Amino acid sequence: MSSTRPPKRQGLYDPMHEHDACGVGFVVNMKGVKSHTIIEQGLQILANLTHRGACGCDPLTGDGAGILSQMPDAFLRKVCADLDITLPAPGEYGVGMVFLPERVDERNECLEMFEKIVREEGQRLLGWRRVPIDASKCGPLARESMPEIRQIFIARGRTTPDTAALERKLYVIRKRVESLVRESGLRDSESFYVPSLSSRTINYKGLLLPDQIPQFYKDLTDPDFTSALALVHQRFSTNTFPSWDRAHPYRYVAHNGEINTLRGNVNWMHARESMFASPLFGDDMEKLFPIIAPGGSDSAGFDNALELLVHTGRPLSHAVMMMIPEAWQRHEEMSAEKRAFYRYHACLTEAWDGPASIGFSDGTVIGAVLDRNGLRPSRYVVTKDGLVVMASEVGVLDIAPENVLAKGRLQPGRMFLVDLEQGRIIADEELKAAIASRQPYQQWLDESLIRLDDLPAVPATAPVYDEGERLTRQQAFGYTTEDLRFLMSPMALNGQEAVGSMGTDTPLAVLSNKPQLLFNYFKQLFAQVTNPPIDPIREELVMSLKATIGCEENLFDETAEHCRQLELEDPVIDDAALAKIKSLQRNKLKTVTIPMLYRVRDGGAGLEKALSVLCWEAEVAITNGASLLVLTDRAMDEENAPIPSLLATAAVHHQLIRSGNRTRCGLVIESGEPREVQHFALLVGYGAGAINPYLAIDTVRQLVKDGLLKSVEADDAVEHYLKAANKGILKVMTKMGISTIQSYRGAQIFEAIGLNRELVDGYFTGTASRIEGIGLDALAAESAQRHAHAYTIAPELDGDLDPGGQYQWRRRGEFHMYNPNSIAKLQHSVRAGSYKLFKQYSEIVNDESRNLATLRGLLKFRSSKSIPLDQVEPASEIVKRFKTGAMSLGSISREAHENLAIAMNRIGGKSNTGEGGEDPVRYERDANGDSRRSAIKQVASGRFGVTSHYLVNSDEIQIKMAQGAKPGEGGQLPGHKIDQYIAKIRYSTPGVGLISPPPHHDIYSIEDLSQLIHDLKNANNQARISVKLVAEVGVGTVAAGVAKAKADVVLISGHDGGTGASPLTSLKHAGIPWELGLAETQQVLVMNDLRGRIRVETDGQLKTGRDIAIAALLGAEEFGFASSALVASGCIMMRVCHLNTCPVGIATQDPVLRKKYEGKPEHVVNFMMFLAEELREIMAELGFRTVDAMVGRVDKLEARDAIEHWKARGLDLTEILHRPEVADNVAIHAVMTQDHGLAGALDNQLIATCQPAIEHKTPVEATFPIRNVNRTACTMLSAEISRRHGAAGLPPDTIKLNFNGSAGQSFGAFMAPGIAVTLEGDANDYFGKGISGGRIVVFPPKTATFVPEDNMIVGNVSLYGATGGEVFCRGQAGERFAVRNSGVTAVIEGVGDHGCEYMTKGMVIVLGKTGRNFAAGMSGGVAYVYDADADFAGHCNMSMVELDPMEERDFTTLKDLIHRHYEYTESRVAWRILSGWKDTARHFVKVMPVEYRKVLATAHLDSEAERLASV
Amino acid sequence: MGKITGFLEIPRELPTRRPVGERLKDWRELEGKLPEDKLQEQGARCMDCGIPFCHKGCPLGNIIPDWNDLVYRGRWKDAIDRLHSTNNFPEFTGRVCPAPCEEACVLRINDDPVTIKQIEKQIIDHAFKEGWIAPVPPSKRTGKRIAIVGSGPAGLAAAAQLNRAGHTVEVFERADRIGGLLMYGIPDFKLEKSIVDRRVAQMRDEGVLFHVNANVGVTHPVAELRERFDAIVLAGGATAARDLPIPGRELKGIHLAMDFLPQQNKKVAGDDVQDQILAGGKNVVILGGGDTGSDCLGTSNRQGAKSVHQFELLPKPPDGRTEEIAPWPNWPMILRSSSSHEEGVIRDWSINTKRFSGDAGGNVKKLHGIKLEWQKDETGRPKMVETPGSDFEIDCELVLLAMGFVGPEKPGMIEQLGVKLDARGNVEVAADYQTSVPGVFACGDMRRGQSLVVWAIWEGREAARGVDTYLMGETSLPASPEL
Repeated sequence: MSSTRPPKRQGLYDPMHEHDACGVGFVVNMKGVKSHTIIEQGLQILANLTHRGACGCDPLTGDGAGILSQMPDAFLRKVCADLDITLPAPGEYGVGMVFLPERVDERNECLEMFEKIVREEGQRLLGWRRVPIDASKCGPLARESMPEIRQIFIARGRTTPDTAALERKLYVIRKRVESLVRESGLRDSESFYVPSLSSRTINYKGLLLPDQIPQFYKDLTDPDFTSALALVHQRFSTNTFPSWDRAHPYRYVAHNGEINTLRGNVNWMHARESMFASPLFGDDMEKLFPIIAPGGSDSAGFDNALELLVHTGRPLSHAVMMMIPEAWQRHEEMSAEKRAFYRYHACLTEAWDGPASIGFSDGTVIGAVLDRNGLRPSRYVVTKDGLVVMASEVGVLDIAPENVLAKGRLQPGRMFLVDLEQGRIIADEELKAAIASRQPYQQWLDESLIRLDDLPAVPATAPVYDEGERLTRQQAFGYTTEDLRFLMSPMALNGQEAVGSMGTDTPLAVLSNKPQLLFNYFKQLFAQVTNPPIDPIREELVMSLKATIGCEENLFDETAEHCRQLELEDPVIDDAALAKIKSLQRNKLKTVTIPMLYRVRDGGAGLEKALSVLCWEAEVAITNGASLLVLTDRAMDEENAPIPSLLATAAVHHQLIRSGNRTRCGLVIESGEPREVQHFALLVGYGAGAINPYLAIDTVRQLVKDGLLKSVEADDAVEHYLKAANKGILKVMTKMGISTIQSYRGAQIFEAIGLNRELVDGYFTGTASRIEGIGLDALAAESAQRHAHAYTIAPELDGDLDPGGQYQWRRRGEFHMYNPNSIAKLQHSVRAGSYKLFKQYSEIVNDESRNLATLRGLLKFRSSKSIPLDQVEPASEIVKRFKTGAMSLGSISREAHENLAIAMNRIGGKSNTGEGGEDPVRYERDANGDSRRSAIKQVASGRFGVTSHYLVNSDEIQIKMAQGAKPGEGGQLPGHKIDQYIAKIRYSTPGVGLISPPPHHDIYSIEDLSQLIHDLKNANNQARISVKLVAEVGVGTVAAGVAKAKADVVLISGHDGGTGASPLTSLKHAGIPWELGLAETQQVLVMNDLRGRIRVETDGQLKTGRDIAIAALLGAEEFGFASSALVASGCIMMRVCHLNTCPVGIATQDPVLRKKYEGKPEHVVNFMMFLAEELREIMAELGFRTVDAMVGRVDKLEARDAIEHWKARGLDLTEILHRPEVADNVAIHAVMTQDHGLAGALDNQLIATCQPAIEHKTPVEATFPIRNVNRTACTMLSAEISRRHGAAGLPPDTIKLNFNGSAGQSFGAFMAPGIAVTLEGDANDYFGKGISGGRIVVFPPKTATFVPEDNMIVGNVSLYGATGGEVFCRGQAGERFAVRNSGVTAVIEGVGDHGCEYMTKGMVIVLGKTGRNFAAGMSGGVAYVYDADADFAGHCNMSMVELDPMEERDFTTLKDLIHRHYEYTESRVAWRILSGWKDTARHFVKVMPVEYRKVLATAHLDSEAERLASV
Repeated sequence: MGKITGFLEIPRELPTRRPVGERLKDWRELEGKLPEDKLQEQGARCMDCGIPFCHKGCPLGNIIPDWNDLVYRGRWKDAIDRLHSTNNFPEFTGRVCPAPCEEACVLRINDDPVTIKQIEKQIIDHAFKEGWIAPVPPSKRTGKRIAIVGSGPAGLAAAAQLNRAGHTVEVFERADRIGGLLMYGIPDFKLEKSIVDRRVAQMRDEGVLFHVNANVGVTHPVAELRERFDAIVLAGGATAARDLPIPGRELKGIHLAMDFLPQQNKKVAGDDVQDQILAGGKNVVILGGGDTGSDCLGTSNRQGAKSVHQFELLPKPPDGRTEEIAPWPNWPMILRSSSSHEEGVIRDWSINTKRFSGDAGGNVKKLHGIKLEWQKDETGRPKMVETPGSDFEIDCELVLLAMGFVGPEKPGMIEQLGVKLDARGNVEVAADYQTSVPGVFACGDMRRGQSLVVWAIWEGREAARGVDTYLMGETSLPASPEL
């Protein structure tokens, strides 16, 4: 590292995109008894969470850790005495931890500034203390960037009345000093940081590993350093730039998770500042600005906002409830008061949305809260002697079982608070009930909040267009026949977005010759790795489109006026709703309509002028009391073209943010332009509160009238259309993991591609746009073209809509890289085996001069000293780097799938199973020596067929985080594609549809991914672990995180990859080209010195040797081909994969069509060899002998000069070609392998012990202690068994293992048949993940006195993707028990939310309560729930299941299993049920998937299914 | 599309041709039509491909999947609108086009292609029947005047487009009827002339002026046209026939096909034809295996020929498609048999005609030919070698030369204009179809050499864009760019 500070924005890297997540915990003595032990225990928790953190390139430098405690008055008094500082009484003084620049002059300046402000704020400086540290105890990298660390002591000034006032003054001082230093121009101003400045708490943190903290900060080892609480945090960041300040805790919180809506939250908070007024601060208010300190992380921003709410008068818990509300909108069981509270506060501020486990403390209370969907783990233990331990994992502190009072977990949206003054835990219900009744919120809502639906209807005033006028308008807004057919018709017909298949191969908007809508220049961002996308269908209960618009009030007050707003159920509204809004003329709800048009003749200048007039009109309207602004383009005509609606919206939004007026009004857009989901999502994302797509609505009506939409009435069609639009927005939000529209609004979850900086900075402030591009002039030119089409071309010449050609190739339409010429040539060449024909094909594809379709088309090779072709490594070596894409058996036919595998095995490349599992017969070679085994086994969110046996038969295991065609989304394999064969391999039922969830339910954050990598490495230590990401802004930092999580390969997929089925919105508008993602990845990995330890792969429309050469030069060493490999096999881009009608037998399971498959392995082999040959030619030309030598050599690329294209000429590719300046010894391609740390695994002992069983099937029994740091137990052992004995494993109970203690995460993951395990203690998350056989029994320690069935025994996401085996747990499980279960039989005594989600097979018996949303997406298997209180129905998601009456054989099955549960665990619940069977049996409820039952009921039952149903 | 599994459920079906015995007795078209419900079913076979190769295979770029679907859904009016958006004269192509679209149809990979041509024909016939094909005069006139020379498919297409763009268009045709090859090249049994007339009538009603018997360069000096018009479009076709300069060529009874065929068309139209060349009762030999040859064949049989032989110089093409020479979706050079071949003929290939011999009256009596073997020379080009001892002779009283055309006729208009020619003797144009003489454009066979009607229409449309741009600085006429 050349710098001691994180690098500035450079190339494609922007520090803004850093993410972190981690382990968090606290320990507190409930009675407030201070002791040094608490500090020690806090540090012990940290040490036991070490594996949740990460190390970068320097193994001794972690990502940061810290501890927040109460003020250790006695200790400070002692050390201050030595410094001649006399401390006043506790509460009369504050202490600041201060990080200062290393350089003495700069440091002194900071000290002076600090002191000056203390004086100005009327407080008394007592003195400074150098915090004693041992710099030798931190890592070398940390040392390089280590600040000078001091404490400042400040006494209460005379004018400051009390401790609370002092606390506020300290806050003012800190904010002022921060601003002053930031703007000081000091070279090293970024080193200045104040971890805490308070009279109540103190914060020791730094770029340290947990065990380094007490060694580094000697203070913490002093026995006089006491506290009743300790909040600790261990960080895992996505990059390794040394950053002392980004360690947690912050002043109030330690956060595990990610705030997805940060950009919007910051903007809104900034916009609100002008309305802030608090008597507690008076004139000091402005000193606090900006409230959200620039350059901070999401957690820092959250902390900034939280402290503001606390200092301005709200209790900490109240403030937390405002920022992380529960999912109240659809929570029927929630109390009316609480709902009113949340509904009221939604008018004040939007939620900070994202996965979060937040520990918080102000020194008096300490608590924790979980996000609305429970996406982070939070386990707690309460002891009989008054200790409360809360942490991301259980078992972080050794607590004697007999001392345990209760074990629990934090539930979604719930809060857990320990009040040290009251000396007790205040439960969520009590706490929130108290807060919710502080004000008459319901009454205020009744008085002030207006529901749109409640407003009286207003007579329609909107004009009805005749055919000519409609066509003119459609043309002016660039409607195409495809818009009508492919996008709008399905929406209007089915209320759902249209689905398509294969990828997108059209040019980026900025490279297109066709006029493009501004919407097309934006790409949706999506969650991958650092936070999970959400399933908007199955987990609808946490989602909401309900929002309010109108004028906000001062955030620090609470009055009835605060909720005088308009509440909308959905953002996309019909004409009647708009008419109501337009007619509003009440106090605080007054609508003003402003036209958004410009004189088309005046071009870009006219557009710019019109925008400033528009913004000015908005300001004037607000000044005159408007609280709702309707921007409309209804009045367009021959002279005036509509301003692109997105441009108008964003321009007004950002203008109002800048002027401080934004929160005084809501924006409503009345436009003919928006018509598809991407449009609506963008408008909301840039500030619109409601949208009326009047022309789209009118068009839908006309489609019905014309008979083009059959079997639907016009009104219903409109309703369906709006429903689809609104649901579509929800889907786009959930890709980013955002649950509520109020948080999504203005959150700008998009990246611009091809817009210049001026345009973006001016109107889309804060949006990433990294390759420059067009400005207002080109936008105006595009509008003018559409306008001319509408108004100046005679209808007899062109009386029709533009054909479009985006979704299907059309001669007059958009250019496609896959077109009749390129496909025909490729197929001819591989069939004829003619390299000459292949060259003709690649010339067509590479013909960039005519068709600028891709960014790589804009690049060329720099002329270099060439070498003879024969000096270049042979094609047979190069093809070993080639892979075919992940296409599941199921999405494509068996013939096509095996064809690819055979071909790749012949040449030593790798084929990929896709996510559908693999038939074990393919692990054996064919008679002719061919192998049909896929070298790469994919592990995707559905986990279909992922067994121990599957995993050991791989050379590479690929974790699919996202897919280019639909990043952030799950998938669905329709029932008609699932025949007997597919069902067998996927462990499901023929004819029953399968759902892949959007997230991996064991990856909600980076440390979870690290855990899964660890699990898979355990499952097959000979396979490389690969992580597949999709390119988007910030993917480089995610890749760095992936490298730190110890992946061996990271794949950067382009946005344009193929798919069997994807909503068209995603196919077209999510993700970015691999060129950008790959270049960013290379740059960030090199900057972090991580590149050397991970291999980088890329894919996405790679078609020629030239494409590969550019990918290699940009940083890839391996290359994937999917669509092109299929084309070589006969695919002709029908784009009907989702319909099962592929006429060439590839993407179909129809036996008639499969017979038509004509692809041969030679075709694919020829293709791969031709590619390699062509690559060799380029290598020779560039002078490279090996591919390794060319990886990352961007210096061999340059932008093509003289690009004449009217839009593309504004592009600037410098940032793609940026090469970070690093030391010579920093690798730019992979040179070493990862250390997966398996050497210390418990399984090594297990394997040694079980050797007789593995070798000779001799029974073995043994006992081991286990702790939370022993992760993934039994998995390596299972791999040994599967390797040796195949899928069948060992005979039952051959190996018996007994464990005592708290097991680490992924206990029993991918366990093989033949192992029987007991665990006396408890287990963490991912218990029994992917279990493929055997039996696990868990019960509490025999000495424990707590009631097992009321307490937690296993963590979240247990049994995820299980395919077999049995599990008995005496106690409760967390969220998502048995998610995606496809085979395990489990008995449990209570589960959290989302139990049995997506389950497809197997059986689950719950002998107690379930959380909400049980059986969501459950398509197979059966669950029995003991519903003694008869309230289960309310907790069950009935969209796919029904509650069936119990039959005799159900009772038999149940009784038997419960009996065994009793035998294994001594469960008292089981005993009670069995002993009172006559009474108890009737309380059981049978949860049966509807589709599954239908299939079982059909006559031709497959025997396997029959057996299962009757188990 | 409408029916996603249509192609799996419905077999390809075409209307049956009238029986040979019946049809040889008249000059009417041979093919009927499918009942509309049957045709809609055929439309449902279209798979609505992501890449409709048919749409590329069609020279005009007809948006075939769209109108297949519209027919399936019974939206005939929309179907003809969509069809007309790329093709001015679907009634011509629907009858005489060899349908390269069907060869490129994705179903053709492993199944029978969609009956695209039949659907096209019935869409336009339906539209005429419903009276939808009404004149659409331009909403405003530009005041520019354009002369179009030649009224074949290229000239007509250019005229139709330019007239709709608001220009004043006059068409000059040297024959006595409008239509060029459509009128006098193609026999009635393939394209009844009322079909041509009704389209010409529509154009006339839209404001196009037609001049017949107007031989530009002869009856109408080129200078006069240059004077009167702002632009001239040459669409005179490639009418110079390839002759056979061998001994005996001068004998009576040996005629160029284009001397033979028009006479019959005139006859069918009711004209008196003096000294008509007739095949009745004669042994006929047709030299040339192309479309013109088969037109001669159908005409000869209808005139009552005693026997008909058809000889082709080139070897017999393969019966079906092979991966090596004619992989999908390319147009395959395979053996094609027209309806006329069903009506009686002896075909042979690799035949070289050496000479003719006649009787004392100078009438042809025999053809002397020899069999050929096609080999490759050192550069890989095909070379013909006579098979020793394979010479033969055959009786004939009528010989029709249908061996293709060598380009436009040069004397007269072309020479007077002085436009530059390309290496093959066709009129050379720039990308905008403008010849070396400013303001003079060329299209169709005159520019391209002998080709299909469908190409001629495309050329006429594209040239119209060039003319419009030349006159107005920009054009709104639709394009269908070649990929």
